Parts: sequence; C-alpha cells; structure tokens
Amino acid sequence: MSSTKKKIPLYQLAHARTGDKGNRSNISLIAYRPEDYAVLLKEVTAEKVREHFAYRNPTSVQRYELPQLYAFNFVMDEILDGGVNLSLNLDAHGKSLSYWLLAMKIDPSL
Amino acid sequence: MSNLYRVACAAGFSGDRLGVARPIVDEFIRLGEPACLIFESLAERTLALAQLDRRQNAAAGYEPLLQEMLEPIIADCVSNHISIVGNFGAANPEGAAQLIADIAKSKGLPPLKIAVVKGDEIPPSVFMPYLSKADQIMLSKSALVSANVYLGAREIAEALEAGAQIVVTGRVADPALTVGPLMTHFKKSWDDWNFLAQATMAGHLLECGAQVTGGYFADPGVKDVSGLANVGFPIIEFDSAGNCCVTKAPDTGGVVNRMTVTEQLLYELHDPAAYLTPDVVADISKAQLQELGENRVMLKQVFGHQRHETLKANICIDGGWLAEGEISYAGHHAFERAQLAGKIILERLSPALDLRVDYIGSSSVFASDSGDGPSFKAQGGFEDIRMRVAAAHQDKALAHQLCREVTALYTCGPAGGGGVRTSLRPRLNTLVAYVPRDFIKPSFQFFSGE
Repeated sequence: MSSTKKKIPLYQLAHARTGDKGNRSNISLIAYRPEDYAVLLKEVTAEKVREHFAYRNPTSVQRYELPQLYAFNFVMDEILDGGVNLSLNLDAHGKSLSYWLLAMKIDPSL
Repeated sequence: MSNLYRVACAAGFSGDRLGVARPIVDEFIRLGEPACLIFESLAERTLALAQLDRRQNAAAGYEPLLQEMLEPIIADCVSNHISIVGNFGAANPEGAAQLIADIAKSKGLPPLKIAVVKGDEIPPSVFMPYLSKADQIMLSKSALVSANVYLGAREIAEALEAGAQIVVTGRVADPALTVGPLMTHFKKSWDDWNFLAQATMAGHLLECGAQVTGGYFADPGVKDVSGLANVGFPIIEFDSAGNCCVTKAPDTGGVVNRMTVTEQLLYELHDPAAYLTPDVVADISKAQLQELGENRVMLKQVFGHQRHETLKANICIDGGWLAEGEISYAGHHAFERAQLAGKIILERLSPALDLRVDYIGSSSVFASDSGDGPSFKAQGGFEDIRMRVAAAHQDKALAHQLCREVTALYTCGPAGGGGVRTSLRPRLNTLVAYVPRDFIKPSFQFFSGE
C-alpha cells in the first residue's frame, strides 16, 4: 500500500451521470481530458467498481468502453434495493451514486 | 438550409419547468423553417399515477400542467406550422385532446387537426403469459393499476403525414416523439435502420429537456454553467443523411458542449451497441461528438439494426403504503442525539415494520436500505443532522404508526429535536413483460369531440 499517498479521487479526472431502469443502475464516466482515458481504462475496472459498490451487493457490474467519447458506461444490477418502486432510499433512483463513483481513489500514473 | 428539420423539447418530465417553450418557438418563427416541438412528460410511473387520477375523475388522467404548457405558445405554433407532439395524453389522451381543442377555441383559432394515438393500453390476457412466474404471483395478490406497452413512432408519423397539427399520445418510447416527425419530414422507409437509429438518438438527447443543455450538470468551480435559472431547452437540427446537431435557443442560459452531450448520450443506456426501442436497435458504440461552435455539438457515426419482435410493457400494481418521518438535531452532539432517536424508533416499531434509518448530513442517499455505506462526520464537532425513517407496508394503519412514533419524539425523544415532518403515501410497483408485436394494434384518430 505504499502507493496510497499518490492516489487521487476520480472526480479530479472525470465527470459522471447516473441513470436507472428498475433495479439496474448505469453510471457514465467521462474523462475531462482525452489523455486521461488511458488512466481510467487501467484504474477503473469493472472489478474495482464492483468492490467500491460492494456494500450495495451488485449481482453484476459490466463496463462498456467508448474510447472515441473518452467515456465508459458502467451497468450495475440489483444495486438499488429494488429501485424506484421498492427502495426506501430518499434517492430511490440512485441518482446521487455518480458522486460515489467519483469518490473512488485511483492511481493517476500510467 | 431547407434540407434541415428541427425538433425541440419543451418538457423532459411531468413537472418540468414551465415557460421554456417560448424562446424555442420565437427562434423557430425567426428561422421560418419546418420544425416540431415535443413534450415528454411520462416517466415510468407517471402513467400509473395518471390512471389513479382518472379513477377519481373521469375527465382527468392526462398531464396536469397541459394547459400551462400549451396555452402560451399554441397560437404561434399553429400559425407558423410548428407541429406539436407530446405524450401528455398519459392515461387519457382524448381528455387531453379535448382540453387542447378548448384552448384553441378560447384563443379564437380555427378547429385544429388533433390526432390521438391509441393502442398502448393492454389487458391482462395480452401480457399475462409473458410475465415471470414470480411476477404473476405478485400480480395475483395486488390490484392492477395500469398496463401499457411502449409504442413506436409509426402512428405519430402517420398522423403528421395525414395533416395533424398536434399529436397526443399515451405511452410511447420517449425517442418516438422525435422519430415520428423526422420520419414524416424525410420520408424514409421503416427499415432504414441507420436513419431510424440516428433519429432515435436525436430523440434520446432531447427527451430529458435541459439535461443536454447544462441542466443536471453543474458543479460549481468544476463544471460551471451560467444562467441555469433561465436554461435553454434543446433544439436538434437534423438532415436527410441523419446528421444531428444539438443546440439551444439564443439568449438562454445553459451550455451545450462535448461534456453535456456525452452525459446525456449515455443516460439510462445499457449496452451502447444495443439501445432497444420499438423502432430500431440503435448502436452508439462507434459514435463521435464534434463541437462545431458555441453551443453546437454534432453527433455522428450512429448505426442501426433491425428492431426486435417484442414490445416492452410496464404493468403497474398497487404497492402498499410508504411512510416517512423526519426530525432535526443540530449543534453539540447532534449526531449522537439523532442516533438515539433512530434507536428509539427501531425499538418501538421493529420487527413489525422493516425500517430504514438515515442520518441526513452524515449518511443518507449513498447508503443501502440496510444501512451499509459511507458516512461523514462534520468537522469541529458542530453538526446539523436530520434523522429520517422510512418503511413500506401493505397495511396502511401499520405504516401510519411510523408517522405517529416520529411525531412523538417531540416529547419522548432526545433533547432539542425539531422540525418533524411525516408523510404517508400509496406506492406503486412496476412489473415488466415483453409482448409480441403481433398482439398490439396501435392506431391514430383525429379528435372529433364536442
């Protein structure tokens, strides 16, 4: 864990937006600068995102890569406690979750 | 330039900001070129809520703000040949058409050609075989509220082709509101998959209104957007080759750039290579965005594949009651006092009710219903925490107990609690089925009320 100090929060390199359908959430992740796409590609893997959201028990996390848009789309199943109809969360859509993804710590070096 | 057709969106959901159509209509009039104004006001559950309204009042069940949406612009749209397409018909498209006819009359307009798209409502015999076993059981225990398939763009296009000035729909796929007028104007074939996909993604960018023009985007100091109090709603310029340029009306707030368009392009999308709609399977896996100038972004390289043979249906059923209660604690030890309040509620109501407890200001929306998730502690030992509890139950009286217990915290809870608010509301649950197209018979009719 010697590299911990070098880690930065994802929000320094990227922005994001959440959408929902039922109990499925999708979060886009978009690099501010095209040159940072490679860092995101290496650091923000489906596995790491799954770990980051582990407390919400996703049954699957899929990452779609869109290099020409410097963007990714993360699709996470069953993380919304049933979604807008069933969840007791104030934010039943999970719209705020983009900012939880952006709180993830990453290593910015290539 | 006459090759261009413009579509603009003046509502991205039921309850969106009013008055936003005016700058768009003014711009359309100034340009004097063919154009259409769309209103998307039907989110997943809005239609079921409208159905409940209609049960209370047979004349209701369409968009409650329809009059406020259309009254300021309908005369200018009609006299300048700007078509209007909206899913504001919700659970009562004929009722909406009647209101529009009344508005037109009160404005002294000649009788309008108002088309009503039908066929989205489906009976249980149509969807039942396509529900999962678990959902069939759930449905057997709950009251059915509404069942509708997502229709495509074809009936909208045919109505416009037949001379409709205004098209009123119930449930259609959101992008269909845009695909319909584009198909009518450019006279493309219904198996021109690439064009259908390009039109669909144009509709996708429009359908949430200001979400593509700087709304739902700003983060002060990081992603600044000026003029959000007067944010311009989006306009797309489309040509027969399927090129799509996103912009907004002049002299409005907000911004259209690569970042705002990328966020909206991927919004509520799953596999970028297969965005499923009733009209086409759109593929944006190779899509590119190009900034053409200030507030102008071009979307290119969108492809389409043959549409699926099934249509998605949303079946809304009664979901019991949602009870919520909140109380605030501030200053020294606020978090500890709020936690004690939460503990008291749990002791009073568990396990009869399955409770969620939030400490707003420390942890709330990130957390799961079971309470797992990150939490934050204010610096300096000075806090402002709002304790919130929520529970759902089929039994209204039991759910209501939550409201009573939170209110009782005034005298029976920790020190310094204030600002109790409680609410008890009916809930809806949604089931999804994929129904073969052959069972669905959509059509349109011109409204001939009075």
